[in-house]
Amino acid sequence: MFGLNQKDKSTLIVVAALTLLAPFILNPFPEGSALAQFNAGYPDLMQRFVIFGIFAIGFNILFGLTGYLSFGHAAFLGVGSYSAVWMFKLVGMNVLPAITLSVIVAGLFALLIGFVSLRRSGIYFSILTLAFAQMSFNLAYSVLTPITNGETGLQLTLNDPRVLGQSATADGSIPVTNLLPGLEMRSTYVLDAGPWLFQFNLGYYLCALLLLVAFYVSIRIFRSPFGMMLRAVKSNQQRMNYTGLNTRPYTLAAFVISGMYAGLAGGLMASMDPLAGAERMQWTASGEVVLMTILGGAGTLIGPVLGAGFIKYFENIFSKINDNVLHGWFAILPDGIEDFLVFVVHPFIGKGWHLTLGILFMLVVIYLPGGLVEGGQRIGKYFKRGSDDAQSNDASTKPAE
Amino acid sequence: MDAILLQILNGLDKGSAYALIALGLTLIFGTLGVVNFAHGALFMIGAFCAVTVQRIFNISFETIDPSQKDFLGNPLKVKTTYLEHWFGPEMGGSIIDWSVPLAILFAIPVMVAVGFIMERGLIKHFYKRPHADQILVTFGLAIVLQEIIKYFYGANPIPTGAPEVFRGSFDFGVLIGFDPNAIIYPYWRLVYFGFAALIISSVFAFLQFTTFGMVVRAGMADRETVGLLGININKRFTIMFGIAAAVAGLAGVMYAPINSPNYHMGMDFLVLSFVVVVVGGMGSLPGAVLAGFLLGVLESFASMNEIKSILPGIDQIIIYVVAIIILLTRPRGLMGRKGVMEE
Amino acid sequence: MGILEVKNVGKRFGGLQALGNVNLSVAENSVHAIIGPNGAGKSTLLNCFVGKLIPDTGSVMFDGQSVLGRKPFEINQMGISRVFQTPEIFGDLSVMENMMIPCFAKRDGAFEMNALSSVSSQRDIHEKAEQMLVDMNMADKRHMNAASLSRGDKRRLEIGMCLSQDPRLLLLDEPTAGMARADTNNTIDLLKQIKEERDITIAIIEHDMHVVFSLAERITVLAQGTPLVEDTPDNIKGHPKVREAYLGETAAA
Repeated sequence: MFGLNQKDKSTLIVVAALTLLAPFILNPFPEGSALAQFNAGYPDLMQRFVIFGIFAIGFNILFGLTGYLSFGHAAFLGVGSYSAVWMFKLVGMNVLPAITLSVIVAGLFALLIGFVSLRRSGIYFSILTLAFAQMSFNLAYSVLTPITNGETGLQLTLNDPRVLGQSATADGSIPVTNLLPGLEMRSTYVLDAGPWLFQFNLGYYLCALLLLVAFYVSIRIFRSPFGMMLRAVKSNQQRMNYTGLNTRPYTLAAFVISGMYAGLAGGLMASMDPLAGAERMQWTASGEVVLMTILGGAGTLIGPVLGAGFIKYFENIFSKINDNVLHGWFAILPDGIEDFLVFVVHPFIGKGWHLTLGILFMLVVIYLPGGLVEGGQRIGKYFKRGSDDAQSNDASTKPAE
Repeated sequence: MDAILLQILNGLDKGSAYALIALGLTLIFGTLGVVNFAHGALFMIGAFCAVTVQRIFNISFETIDPSQKDFLGNPLKVKTTYLEHWFGPEMGGSIIDWSVPLAILFAIPVMVAVGFIMERGLIKHFYKRPHADQILVTFGLAIVLQEIIKYFYGANPIPTGAPEVFRGSFDFGVLIGFDPNAIIYPYWRLVYFGFAALIISSVFAFLQFTTFGMVVRAGMADRETVGLLGININKRFTIMFGIAAAVAGLAGVMYAPINSPNYHMGMDFLVLSFVVVVVGGMGSLPGAVLAGFLLGVLESFASMNEIKSILPGIDQIIIYVVAIIILLTRPRGLMGRKGVMEE
Repeated sequence: MGILEVKNVGKRFGGLQALGNVNLSVAENSVHAIIGPNGAGKSTLLNCFVGKLIPDTGSVMFDGQSVLGRKPFEINQMGISRVFQTPEIFGDLSVMENMMIPCFAKRDGAFEMNALSSVSSQRDIHEKAEQMLVDMNMADKRHMNAASLSRGDKRRLEIGMCLSQDPRLLLLDEPTAGMARADTNNTIDLLKQIKEERDITIAIIEHDMHVVFSLAERITVLAQGTPLVEDTPDNIKGHPKVREAYLGETAAA
């Protein structure tokens, strides 16, 4: 099926099951229970999981395979968002043409930036991409205001032409994004199962479907001769050149593909919520996708998806927790200890989420350069060794994935 | 002519900050071979040293002054700082007024300590790791450091004043024979420039004229050979890291009155300083300084109205444009050496 | 007319004349060694053949076409493969993958956007790589990470990778540098075997006289950037100029 081997097929099926059943999986706790705060099955949060998943999968094609560390990928995401919003303003509220345009524009933009940046490698490449992204960000804030609407961000208005749609709905409000006329992105079916509440949102399922396509394409790329060449670029460029291979078009192709993934993510973001701001292009946003990829496991297939889900989930949970919640958790402890624990944990929650994230990131780079995937493998190996000591040596001879 | 001079002067203070940060980055890169994304955070910590000292100096106690009444007729509560209490209002007041320059004394040990801890605790383990890992771990560290500062000092910029004497501006143009009011220049910026020049020349003098500096320079040129001579280069490099941290920190302390410190100022400066290092030439100390001032001045020229009206937005991107052109035409930067960071 | 014709090649680095006026002709299907003391310009000369350096003067023709100004990958596609002094292989990839990459380069050229086909479906590449692994006596190591191979095996792998492209000219840059005696002898045997089994021209730069005299059919002695003599191994052995350049002996001694 799909030209995949057994192992990749099961990976794809697992990811498919996780994304399609996410409304159930992410809402395991009954409404109103104390644990309901750990639920994440809300449309906008689930959308964020998969959109950033797509972003990270694309970034991984560049960084994971070729080792070229781009610090400017958020620029492509931003460009994708702007293109989609312009599509909504000028043409109509259907998301498919908007997303298509996002991918194309981001791809072209990546071609331009990649063509220049890839003339250098290593840290120079990182700094060039960073410089380009910062430049785009600064321009979006200043001179390009007619296109980007500067600090306010690009939004829909009642005066937009929307030649294939309507400027305003019958009741005088701005129309909403849709898949087909009548199939609105925001439409959500709520399943009431006793105390449980499951939400099925059309926008989420569109994103999820595109994530699966994106993931599938990324598996194919990983297993293709092209993907092997990209790994060879990372391993030894000198040997590549003396083996008659031109590294430039390989890296450029990888760069453009990953830029298009970022554009897709940006287009989807705008399709779910039709606005676009320059802050999406800031280099801290580029840093975030680097983080997701590393945290999950750069160069592995599923790592970036895990990383994106992990970071977005904990961002949401940690940001919601406050001192009251903490006091609730530690209530069974004696007062002194309770206050002390709350005091200790306090800096890491709520607005302190970024602190937690930074620490986590450092720990991963220091102790677990392979990210969560490697962590999982180590744990798996540990248990295997427990049951069967003799076979533990042969893992090292397996080709790196 | 006066307009050009004004822009050069205006560019000097920013250029000084770029040069100081880039100098530290280059020292660390040249000696340890580490790309330090947390260097901007050191600059930021320096600026917050100034904030801290100012706050410490302003710690006060309340007394009730029966001779004064508030508008309800109650005796007025008066805050008196301990410094004024101990040293008398005049002496104490001027100590408080001079808190930013005095913060240098506080910042040096703090920054050197921070530098040592960073190098021994973290960076040391990354010498042999790929540059990408170094970038990533120091990027993580930069986030952590700025979040810690944010936790203690909040997210808003904290105005930190220069001493009274240096507030305000003077007419620089008159001094060199231009019309009055042609070149108005704030005192503190001149102080900052002088300070930066002092620090930069001390670092160069230190490297040039001491045995320690000689070994470090030799190590920058060829680490392995120096190691073979039986010189413990690592210990010296740790010290260099401390010095680089102190340079960045001092740049931050003195910058506090120019730009009220906020927790993300380090990141803002870092991106630009990296560009500066690349333009100057990775591993070249004179290159870093030259490029720092050059880009600072260029940036200030680009923000002239005459130029902005021809090329709108050029002030926002000039540094990046220059960096891109330099990297593509002179990959080694203005003064880079062969063999540094070339695959 | 040799397969590789070097005419009047000169190269200067600043004040240093690295190559003076080099003329050299490597005959097809021969083993030609270039020897000389340290700093004689051997590596500089080799780098001029593969596109790493462009000489200031002169021409380098491979099979009637100039290689000057072409990039390394283009020169490789013309039929020149290079083995490095320290083995350059894809350390992060498996031995099998290492062997497949040159096969792809031979079949598909310098760039092929085959992002959606699958490596495992490329039967011809698999067969060719597998055959080469068997030839190199490394078939049992095919799943190992190339970085974990021994020094000698890395060298075999690199030579195998070059051969899998069926090059017309194989350039070897001190292939036994830093090797133990046993590994050196294995490499000599391997190269002899390659010579016997294939129609291939080998140009070898070497320091180790044992290697040179075991393999070479013609030898060019380079000293201070210019060829001193070119002759058969037997004649070279007794040549007074060579002894002088090499051993620092005066002709009288």
